[in-house]
Amino acid sequence: MIYEGKQKIWSDYQKEIPDDHYFYVRSCIRQSFFPASEATFLDITRNVLGKDIFETEHHTTCGGIAYHSDAIPQETVMTIIARQFALMAKYGYENYVCSCITSFGLYCETMETWREFPELEAKIRENLWKSCKLEFAKPKFLVHASDLIYKYRNMIAAQAVRKLVNVHTGEPLKVVEHIGCHYSKMFPSKGVGGAEYPYVLVGMIEAWGGEIVDYPERRHCCGFGFRQYFIKGNRGYSLSNTHKKFESIEPFKPDLIITNCPGCPYFMDRWQYVIAESTGKTYGENGHGIPVLTYEEVAGLVMGYDPWDLGLQTHQIGPEPLLDKMGVEYDPAKKYLGKNGKDLGNPIPCACLK
Amino acid sequence: MVKLYDLLMKDYRLKEGLNACINCGTCTAICPAAEFYRYDPRKIVDIVQSKDDEEIEKLLKSDMIWYCGECMSCVTRCPRKNAPGLIIMALRNLSVELGYFIESEKGRQMYLLTKDLCSNILDYGYCVYPRRFDYEGHPEAGRVWEWEEKHLDDVFERLGGNLDGGGPGAMRKIPQEDLDQIKSIFDITGATARMDNVAEAARKKADELGMTMEEFSKMVYTASDPKHLNH
Repeated sequence: MIYEGKQKIWSDYQKEIPDDHYFYVRSCIRQSFFPASEATFLDITRNVLGKDIFETEHHTTCGGIAYHSDAIPQETVMTIIARQFALMAKYGYENYVCSCITSFGLYCETMETWREFPELEAKIRENLWKSCKLEFAKPKFLVHASDLIYKYRNMIAAQAVRKLVNVHTGEPLKVVEHIGCHYSKMFPSKGVGGAEYPYVLVGMIEAWGGEIVDYPERRHCCGFGFRQYFIKGNRGYSLSNTHKKFESIEPFKPDLIITNCPGCPYFMDRWQYVIAESTGKTYGENGHGIPVLTYEEVAGLVMGYDPWDLGLQTHQIGPEPLLDKMGVEYDPAKKYLGKNGKDLGNPIPCACLK
Repeated sequence: MVKLYDLLMKDYRLKEGLNACINCGTCTAICPAAEFYRYDPRKIVDIVQSKDDEEIEKLLKSDMIWYCGECMSCVTRCPRKNAPGLIIMALRNLSVELGYFIESEKGRQMYLLTKDLCSNILDYGYCVYPRRFDYEGHPEAGRVWEWEEKHLDDVFERLGGNLDGGGPGAMRKIPQEDLDQIKSIFDITGATARMDNVAEAARKKADELGMTMEEFSKMVYTASDPKHLNH
């Protein structure tokens, strides 16, 4: 990549990220498919770095997936969002951090629409009181959880036990970054580094010793498409988009893909499996796929967390080639064990994908 | 009679999304849906901008407005600061409100999307709930999900989740008082009425096609006419 040009773009898109005291809201997809990633985020921020990240059981979905599947009206989703913000204020916070990229984009859109159309904000304020008897409030600062890990990237590097370096060659690992579409495509100024070349994940990889590799379709959607995945008859859309990305990634032979959206690692992991099982094509080395990790999982690996505590066994693409390159010690016999060593059996092996 | 264009213009997404389209086609060039489907967002924006009600009605009854994945890639690149993705959302909203969605194969999918996603929200407080995400319906979720589905409670416990548990945590049981507030939001803001209207339109369509609701649901979930595709 032409680094000097990117530095100019990145310098134009910096956002203010407060250092501490956040109201935390979870992601429907990250909770369902990557619960250990949210646990790792909270462990690193609260217990390792000593930050105040507050969560209440009373928060809910923001409704974003239903909204972007056109199943609920705009006024509904905005009132659910107003309820989340009201809870933040009720618990004494003004900084809001969310785990989901769809939510983040929707919060940005909602706040912008309220700013542009005050009569709509007034309507939502009224809806909130009628439905929940809660006082309307807005966050002073709104960030995505990857913004916070970006903010803390050097603190994490300082406490890391290993780098994103191939221990056998001494070379930096080659990393592809994939940014969720709703992080900054709608509002470039709300994302670290803007929309064309976001810096939020690049900054983490640089701080942790890896090397970012650029590729032609880096900006292309993973293919979730909401309704284009939920309805079985539409799923070819989702698969085709991931396929396009991987065909573009393949010549650059990355060791790892890092993502900040909850859905993208699921789709880019699982559609690699489908491509391998249906066509025999694999994108990693020697019949393996390319591991697609969340930023929390990558942070956990450099900080020395056990890969099975991070949930890497719940990816369909095996992480072992990456772990071996990084020199991570792991016990293959413990991969699929439950808590306290409970035997849960093993998944049925794939026919083609190693 | 109120013009469809005027109804569209009441939608904040249209007010925000349509400035002055110059028909350059940048949105179509960047669009992931336009590669996969026979789809051209440029044409849709042009029709809306023309204010031609006859053409807008055809659009609202067509498959074309349902091809978009709402990734919003078009928004960044439009040289005139339009947001074709938001215009699509406003068109879909009006198509549902007027009951036109039921006329097209892709539009009919609103029946399952509304039923399933809204019931996840109202029953559990989440858009996606893992006990309702089955391997049988999602074989692409892989052998690892097949394994997880069999051991969901154990896997969540192992990974620091709190599936259906009390207090905070991943996939916790959201207290009933909070679900009651969400239901109240649905009632006040029109989501409940929309669910009922979509379900009623689907029932009528199933009758018209001589199908049971089970047969209709299966058709809606799996149908995909090759005419939609680019290749």
